Amino acid sequence: MDFELSEEQNLIRETVRDFAEREIKPLARDLDEKGEFSVELTRKIGEMGLFGMYLPERYGGQGLDTLSYIIAVEEIARVDGSHAATLAAHNSLGIYPLYAFGTEEQKMRYLPQLCTGDGLWSFGLTEPGAGSDSRGSKTTAVIDGDQWVINGSKIFITNGSSEISKGCTVQAVSGEENGKKVFSTIIVEKGTPGFKALTMHGKMMWRASDTAELFFDDVRVPKANLLGQIGQGSKIMLQTLDGGRLSIAAMGLGCAQGAFELALAYANERKQFGKPISKFQINAFKLADMATKIELARNLLYKACWLKDSGKPFAKEAAMSKLYCSEIAREVADEAVQIHGGYGLMKDYDVERFYRDQRLLQIGEGTSEIQRLVISRYIGC
Amino acid sequence: MKILVLISNVPDTTTKVRFTGDNTSFDDAGVQWIINPWDELALTRAMELKEAGGVDKITVANVGEKTTEPTLRKALAVGADDAIRVDVPARDAYFVARQLAEVAKDYDLILAGIEASDYNGNAVGGMLAEMLDFNSVSAVSGISIDGDKFTVNREIDGGSQLLSITGPLVAIVQKGIAKEPRIPAMRGIMMARKKPLNVVAAVDAHEKTSYVNYELPAPKAACKMVDEENAKELITLLHEEAKVL
Ligand SMILES: Cc1cc2nc3c(=O)[nH]c(=O)nc-3n(C[C@H](O)[C@H](O)[C@H](O)COP(=O)(O)OP(=O)(O)OC[C@H]3O[C@@H](n4cnc5c(N)ncnc54)[C@H](O)[C@@H]3O)c2cc1C
Repeated sequence: MDFELSEEQNLIRETVRDFAEREIKPLARDLDEKGEFSVELTRKIGEMGLFGMYLPERYGGQGLDTLSYIIAVEEIARVDGSHAATLAAHNSLGIYPLYAFGTEEQKMRYLPQLCTGDGLWSFGLTEPGAGSDSRGSKTTAVIDGDQWVINGSKIFITNGSSEISKGCTVQAVSGEENGKKVFSTIIVEKGTPGFKALTMHGKMMWRASDTAELFFDDVRVPKANLLGQIGQGSKIMLQTLDGGRLSIAAMGLGCAQGAFELALAYANERKQFGKPISKFQINAFKLADMATKIELARNLLYKACWLKDSGKPFAKEAAMSKLYCSEIAREVADEAVQIHGGYGLMKDYDVERFYRDQRLLQIGEGTSEIQRLVISRYIGC
Repeated sequence: MKILVLISNVPDTTTKVRFTGDNTSFDDAGVQWIINPWDELALTRAMELKEAGGVDKITVANVGEKTTEPTLRKALAVGADDAIRVDVPARDAYFVARQLAEVAKDYDLILAGIEASDYNGNAVGGMLAEMLDFNSVSAVSGISIDGDKFTVNREIDGGSQLLSITGPLVAIVQKGIAKEPRIPAMRGIMMARKKPLNVVAAVDAHEKTSYVNYELPAPKAACKMVDEENAKELITLLHEEAKVL
């Protein structure tokens, strides 16, 4: 067995870490406080080549493997959850389905502009009545002549309403077969009449990332905007979420790593009863537990990436990674705050932001309960 | 115009330094290696000069074993066109300069960091210039190219000098030569894969120094805080405890 990362993967980690420390860290606290999405930082992430990094060069990507991409998300999340969210959602939910299911024409039309940082794309699945139960979707798409007509709404859509959002891949009910809903996935560009995106404010976490409510009121798009085939919607969704789980897991891992490093540094510095609080066994053991969980999480996630990069089935391991990395992010961030004592509750300390940001990870892209459901099916329950 | 940037492979600046073999050698177990910070700035400036036009090629060179290749690969990712590794462990400044002299002859401008952050020897650049019989300027904090002339800003006590020099030149650079080291983009990392990294055999040379013993500096004494209204106590402490007054 070889656990060694390649020279290139190590360089990618070092590079993205430097970038995150230099460009994102100094602004993260303030953007979070203001609840502000930064177009400028998003552009810089694009200039670094992190958007579409796993796409072939002809579509504007860098031709890197899944693990390299996951390391990049992990390193951004180590510094800030919001920007990791912008990156992960754009790559895994925005770009991926277009790349995996788009026609050559669709790919050439959308992908190159989505790799530069000048444009973001979103994936619209969740609706007010359809969260974990995505089949509860009420948004409809019907064919009228040579157009699709879309009606309905979506909620909690990452990258859906920023200044640079260019459009959304929308999951809609396109008919019925044997009493069952048939789903299709349609590309809707920003500016299409009847398509409205409203930014959702007041989030507890990921406050500097863009989350939208989308409304479709007789939105007409060409028939050619169908992604994949009619009735392929569920497949597109499931396959997209399999990959998306890896990037949410990477956010959990990075968040845990960042919170752990903050806690360790603080514990070595903060003195009570005449010595650093890291010298009290209970704190030292807490830090030891954190480090162990992070190591386990990283091994599990990297293995899932390795499976994917080797062309082997990875969906079970992706669900396990998403579940485990997001849950240890909660445990680690929680103990990291505890180690900070009262200061950990103050906005002047970054650990406070990590504590909030981790909370989404057990909910978004399939809750922990749903991950357990998915895993239990794989293991034969 | 061809530029050569000398790249030293040094332990990350946050490395916890340890020694082995009864304090006779540096323990490199678990050490993270980086481009020497001054060399990284030199490379950044070389890139800026190339982008401004008039530079055909930037080469980076290192004297070291295969383990230093990730550092050279990073320099290629930042934007150097090719790399040279002289395949031998670096022994001392003379030895390194001697090896570099063999590969550095054909360049118009050689950029060397003022020192490497491991041994802080401050010697390779000057020695190399002597061996090659090139002009050399040290403590360079700015450089630009004007046809076949270099305009060089050099820091001196209490001010700075502006020099105009005809090449070939070894510029020994320090802080200020570039603002911030460049972070490579993913494209650069991908392109670095395909750029040539030429390994050349070492020439026969003998080092002039040997390391007898290493010693860590004494740990810093605890910091004593004195209230700002209590200048008197500070003076007493400086006088009686620190004995510096
Ligand atoms: C910041 C943010 C960004 C998001 N980005 C996107 C996006 O880009 N695109 C997108 O489509 N969606 C996005 N989402 C939506 C997200 O995927 C959903 O919130 C999530 O799938 C859960 O759905 P829900 O919120 O409706 O909760 P519900 O499904 O109503 O779940 C409520 C609770 O019931 C539990 N539950 C539900 N069903 C079961 C069951 N069968 N067994 C056991 N327990 C169950 C859940 O686990 C949960 O604890 C985002 C959400 C947030 C908050």
